[in-house]
Amino acid sequence: MAISTNFWIWIAALLTLAIYSFLYKDNPFYKFAEYLLVGISIGYGISIYWHNTIITKVYNPLVYDKNFLVLIPLLLGLLMFSRFFKNVSYLSRIPIAFVVGAGTGLSVPSSFEFLFKQIYATMPLKLDIGSLIIVVGVISTLVYFFFSLEHKGFVGKVSKVGITFIMVAFGAAFGYTIMARVSLFIGRIQFLLSDWLGIIK
Amino acid sequence: MLKRTLLLILFLILSISLFSENDSLIFLENQFPCEGFYITGRDIPNDGGSGIEINWSFPDSLDNCFLTVLRRDEFGNNSVVATDLLVSSKQVRDVSSDEEPSRVKDGIKYYYTGILSKKIIDENLLNILKEKSYLKNGTYIFNNDTFYVTSETDAVISKASWFNLSRIPVLISLIIIAFVFLYYLNLAKSGKELYIRKINGLDAVEEAVGRSTEMGKPIMYILGIGYVTDIPTIAGLTILSRVSKKVAEYETKILVPSYDPVVMTTAQEVVKEAFTEAGRPDLYNKNDIMYITQDQFGYAAGVDGMMMREKPGAVFLQGLFFAESLILAETGHSIGAIQISGTTETAQLPFFVAACDYTLIGEEMMAASVYLQKEPMMLSSIAAEDLLKVFIMLLIIAGFVISIFAFGFNIGLFKNLFDHLVNALQV
Repeated sequence: MAISTNFWIWIAALLTLAIYSFLYKDNPFYKFAEYLLVGISIGYGISIYWHNTIITKVYNPLVYDKNFLVLIPLLLGLLMFSRFFKNVSYLSRIPIAFVVGAGTGLSVPSSFEFLFKQIYATMPLKLDIGSLIIVVGVISTLVYFFFSLEHKGFVGKVSKVGITFIMVAFGAAFGYTIMARVSLFIGRIQFLLSDWLGIIK
Repeated sequence: MLKRTLLLILFLILSISLFSENDSLIFLENQFPCEGFYITGRDIPNDGGSGIEINWSFPDSLDNCFLTVLRRDEFGNNSVVATDLLVSSKQVRDVSSDEEPSRVKDGIKYYYTGILSKKIIDENLLNILKEKSYLKNGTYIFNNDTFYVTSETDAVISKASWFNLSRIPVLISLIIIAFVFLYYLNLAKSGKELYIRKINGLDAVEEAVGRSTEMGKPIMYILGIGYVTDIPTIAGLTILSRVSKKVAEYETKILVPSYDPVVMTTAQEVVKEAFTEAGRPDLYNKNDIMYITQDQFGYAAGVDGMMMREKPGAVFLQGLFFAESLILAETGHSIGAIQISGTTETAQLPFFVAACDYTLIGEEMMAASVYLQKEPMMLSSIAAEDLLKVFIMLLIIAGFVISIFAFGFNIGLFKNLFDHLVNALQV
């Protein structure tokens, strides 16, 4: 195989190397790649917002469906721009309060639902050692997250069992994620050696 | 002679092409073995409207066949709902989405027809079917492929439900927890001191800010890539308030690179208020709380670069983090900053535990914001939550004991009891 003659593969390869150069130290190549990524992602984000929000959720319902209810969120959104005017900048707190309030309120039932699912998953549907480990693990972990009691005596001992279970779970998650990251790295190296340099097939 | 031969060849080619023209539908009555196959439609229960559920029942012999579902509305417009579904999947939902907000409209009559085939359906056939205003139930042939058209469903109308009845257990537990919370709130207001245990890592906040000040370096506070509606981001903002107050008292600088513009605006308000509370509004600089980008790895690259250039003495990672967590924590570690992290994302916590000096694990982060403010309302929420945890533990222990009698000793009464318990948890 020969080295690539595709312009875009060269660009991708050089940008990959520029980002990896950060592993040595901060340098102008990394800075260039960083600013390029940040700038492009902002531009891309704006175009996504324009098409998926302004056009799809505001313009189309307003112009084609004559849905004037859209004016309420539009007005709330426009209030965010009041931050550019010092004397009315406090108005930007209204949409923020609306978003925080609605978001928190909506998350309450879904959090409870999630809780029910977790309790269901803990229920021993068959009697075996695995079910026992799960029950002991969940109860001791719950004790670790007790904040109204000091972790001393019996509570302290159970919470230590809980944090041990947590750390075992973290270890497993760490190993699993590292494996996924290594496979991403292998993919990048394959791109450099195969698609760009043509050293390997 | 040659002319005749050529004409004959031409005639033969034309005849073959004419007779092999089978690009049209041919109705064959019911020759497809589809006894017992029918589809039904109904409004999706307990939803916000704009959604219809299509179910089908089928004999086992059709397990490996494919089903394409077509829709006709009351105005005669046809569209394809789904193509080449495995018959064994039993159900498909026709719902509006962000991409197609007007796909299904409430109050309009829709009729559904199923196309059953042994092979993946031909695109040309799909286009022909879409053009048809009505297809008679029965077997058809197209390009030598046989397929079966079901009879059309009755009219289905989608509507929004006022209540999600499947969530009644959630409502009941919410009411109970609300009463417990109000009880503890009354206790706290009447002067009873509600205890909250010390949270490891919070005492390090002062140490981290002090160390940065001594070194003449700024403090970096990273709220992650959550939105202002995410609970970890809200908890992160509460901790930011406390950190900013310390920063103002020590007359140092705080940098808050943000992922979301609304989070940035909220962070500006929080820091401004904290600086004012500390009596140093003059030190507040809104440009220190800046927007980076809403691209996950663009944000990680931007924050990493900023860390390398500004070299903060302390880095706080408090909020919602995903795959960028280790990139950020590792860079903070490499510049020798003291790092205090906290998130509820279980997949990212191992990285924080490995790369940071102190980590607030999951709910510890929420409790940390209570520990810092110690307001009666927040303290009572912690007490109520702890009581809820006791209830959950008792429920799990009860479930375990019942299961021993049910599965270990095979007692029917306990089996029924266990089934009831498990069903109640399936919301």
